[in-house]
Amino acid sequence: MTENTPAPAAAPRKLRFHVLRHDPRDPESVAHTEVFDLEEAAGMTLFIALNEIREQLDSSLAFDFVCRAGICGSCGMVINGRPGLACRTLTQDLPADITLAPLPAFELIADLSVNTGKWMRGMSERLETWAHTVEQDPDLHRIEATMDPDLADRIYELDRCIECGCCVAACGTARMREDFVGAVGLNKIARFALDPRDTRTDEDFYELVGNDDGVFGCMTLLGCHDVCPKSLPLQTQIAFLRRRMARMALG
Amino acid sequence: MKIIYTDVLVIGGGLAGLRVAIGARRRGHDAIVLSLVPPKRSHSAAAQGGMQASLANVVKGQGDNEDVHFEDTVKGSDWGADQQVVRMFVNTAPKAVRELAAWGVPWSRVRQGDREVIINGQKVTITERAEAHGLVAQRDFGGTKKWRTCYVSDGTGHAMLFAVGDQAIAQGVPVHERKEALALIHDGSRCYGAVVRDLITGELTAYVAKATAIATGGAGRVYRVTTNAVICEGIGAALALETGVAALGNMEAVQFHPTGIFPAGILVTEGCRGDGGLLRDGAGHRFMPDYEPEKKELASRDVVSRRMEEHIRKGHAAKSRFGEHLWLDIKLLGRRHIEHNLREVKEICHYFLGVDPAEQWIPVRPAQHYTMGGVRTKHTGESPTLRGLFAAGEAACWDMHGFNRLGGNSVAETVVAGMIVGEFIADFCESPAGDLDIPTALIREAVAAERARLDVLLHGGGAERADALKIEMQQIMTDKVGIFRTGADLEEAVTRLQGLLVRSRSIGLRHHADGPNPELVTAYRTQKMLKVALCIANGALTRTESRGAHFREDFPRRDDATWLKRTLATWADPSATLPSLSYEPLEISAMELPPGWRGYGAKDYLEHPDTPRRVEELQRLRERLQGADRHRVQAEIMPYEHLLPERFRGLNERIDERLP
Repeated sequence: MTENTPAPAAAPRKLRFHVLRHDPRDPESVAHTEVFDLEEAAGMTLFIALNEIREQLDSSLAFDFVCRAGICGSCGMVINGRPGLACRTLTQDLPADITLAPLPAFELIADLSVNTGKWMRGMSERLETWAHTVEQDPDLHRIEATMDPDLADRIYELDRCIECGCCVAACGTARMREDFVGAVGLNKIARFALDPRDTRTDEDFYELVGNDDGVFGCMTLLGCHDVCPKSLPLQTQIAFLRRRMARMALG
Repeated sequence: MKIIYTDVLVIGGGLAGLRVAIGARRRGHDAIVLSLVPPKRSHSAAAQGGMQASLANVVKGQGDNEDVHFEDTVKGSDWGADQQVVRMFVNTAPKAVRELAAWGVPWSRVRQGDREVIINGQKVTITERAEAHGLVAQRDFGGTKKWRTCYVSDGTGHAMLFAVGDQAIAQGVPVHERKEALALIHDGSRCYGAVVRDLITGELTAYVAKATAIATGGAGRVYRVTTNAVICEGIGAALALETGVAALGNMEAVQFHPTGIFPAGILVTEGCRGDGGLLRDGAGHRFMPDYEPEKKELASRDVVSRRMEEHIRKGHAAKSRFGEHLWLDIKLLGRRHIEHNLREVKEICHYFLGVDPAEQWIPVRPAQHYTMGGVRTKHTGESPTLRGLFAAGEAACWDMHGFNRLGGNSVAETVVAGMIVGEFIADFCESPAGDLDIPTALIREAVAAERARLDVLLHGGGAERADALKIEMQQIMTDKVGIFRTGADLEEAVTRLQGLLVRSRSIGLRHHADGPNPELVTAYRTQKMLKVALCIANGALTRTESRGAHFREDFPRRDDATWLKRTLATWADPSATLPSLSYEPLEISAMELPPGWRGYGAKDYLEHPDTPRRVEELQRLRERLQGADRHRVQAEIMPYEHLLPERFRGLNERIDERLP
């Protein structure tokens, strides 16, 4: 079997990383770009590259990775101008000059590390992103309630969001309105609106997102849709939700 | 000095920790969860294939029940598990799936009628029952007699973690993110909480609690090649170990997953093989039936990983510029199945390998995956030696996995243990044992000790580099304490790790800030990880037999006569370079399933003299109870239900086992 064998390696490229650095808790720190030179290796991802920079060049460089497999959403950053997951970005798909910046719209912790967790928890509390069920304590001994298999699949499709924050970072409205819930929030409302286990009505959802910080704040620039690492159908969901909420508003 | 008081302090924001906190909260106790990262980023999210629970909804799961799940799990453990705990687990797992279904997990559901599946490389048509339509579906997994693994496509852990994480928000459980416990506060017999460092500001805070629960997951990152997330460094186990009082159980029991993608080590789910995927060698030959005619690709993970490495040693590997590997073939499942049920696998192959698994084979090789060992606890989750300290999930050893865990039993364990231990913690908080009577000097001294340790690292001028020590440790573990182990390798590993531990006491930093300082974090974690690595290596060196995932080439047989016992490691003297090991026997006379052949893997083992006696005793008992229903028989053989919290007792309903 040779079908997967990669081509023999040419002379490795010299990569030049331009990394935005800042420690907002240090009064002397000024946001600036620092340059790191690194030799490219086969199969190198930004996860590998940033760890090499930290091990060999600057032990103080702050960034976040957890799963390093594109599953957990920790490593969202702006890569050559575009929000994306660093762990699954191969350097071979980028030019030799690579610019890295923290996701905008979130509180900066340091360098490439931002506080998406705080933002997401706030959004979840506001939008109550859990199934509001009639029965708080279901009888766990009994056979579970049935659900249409296709509906379960459709809910999972929207449930795949990993709260990485790329959609918020790519959103025009989120940059202007601090309290905008973002595509991540609207997608969650769409997800629970679809779920028959959630007893909330359109009126309830209207209370949550029927305003300019919700679905009417979206300017349809659709940056969210373009950058979503999980390819969620954000455009369709927002349009759908907006029609539904507009119907509510018009009574 | 900042002190935060609460009823329950949960260290770790993955599935086990969150479910423990929800359980305590629902009983009216305040709980705070500490998490290194936002909780939905925990490694629980990486569980892909599913969770085992004997719902028996799909036709290939018909006839499944707690008894079959129990037997599969005990055999999987190579008889290392605590059988009463396994019983508690298998009886609660269906309830856990049903609770999660009610909380909104979009479990994949059964569709009635014909469907085409791949079994043993062949296309087969199976027909799902009309009465199962819309119920939670199950898929096949390794080491199981029935299709038992409930799943959400191949994003099961993600869907579970988000549902449980959102439920924690709904219940108002505060999660203190980016906080790291550095040490437990204790007086040698009672645990009172932890000294905690803020990873953003560097500030130390004492969290004082009636009950403290460790739910920090596994220790995979002590190895160089692992499927584990970068935060799975065994720090929770180290926290318990450093008390000198709490013990770690069976740390030498380390699982290697057969299908880490090569060379990155990222996991692709066992569901690939469960759904019909095959393992092939460099020549394209499907080799597993040659070694394991009964279960083939779906023997337990320890067995499949060993057979793969054995086959590579015989010279049958595929070769790439990164080294030798084998192939996982899921092409035969077809594009529709892959894009529907194995979509994370497809993404991982696309982004990390540039491979389309519907068209090409996936390069794989076994990689460290799971820590069967952990903080030794009773069936309640509480340490038998340090009152008020609890543990749950992968960080714990209560001990349901013994020497090998079955696929689908870990993500199941997280929620099941969370449910059970959460109740016992609430009981503890309501009992006199939970009363808190702590001298403030103890808190002050614990914080001062941690402050001093950090100051030595930051300003002590030590010459050793933390990341260099860590990388060397990881390399030793992967090279010398891996799938095949020998006395000589293990001795070398222990000696070299001891050397690293001594050197780690002179770590110095290049960067001296106390705020977000990744080098400081690596420094104090490396010191802890080395102790955990030494527990693994030394436990493996001392255990002169092969059991489950612990395989000694110089002692290839399972030796029940000498080694049917659990390793306990403690570390009482901080200046020591080795843990103290002791052993606790597993009593055959109380076992529901006495030791025997697993149904796959090696057939020869050294029998314990008690085994034939127990087998005969059980035979007589079964004859006497002929005609009685299975629950009655089970209760006579090995009663366990009294051990469960009351709300989780009772039978589980199935299509073929209706409750009145």
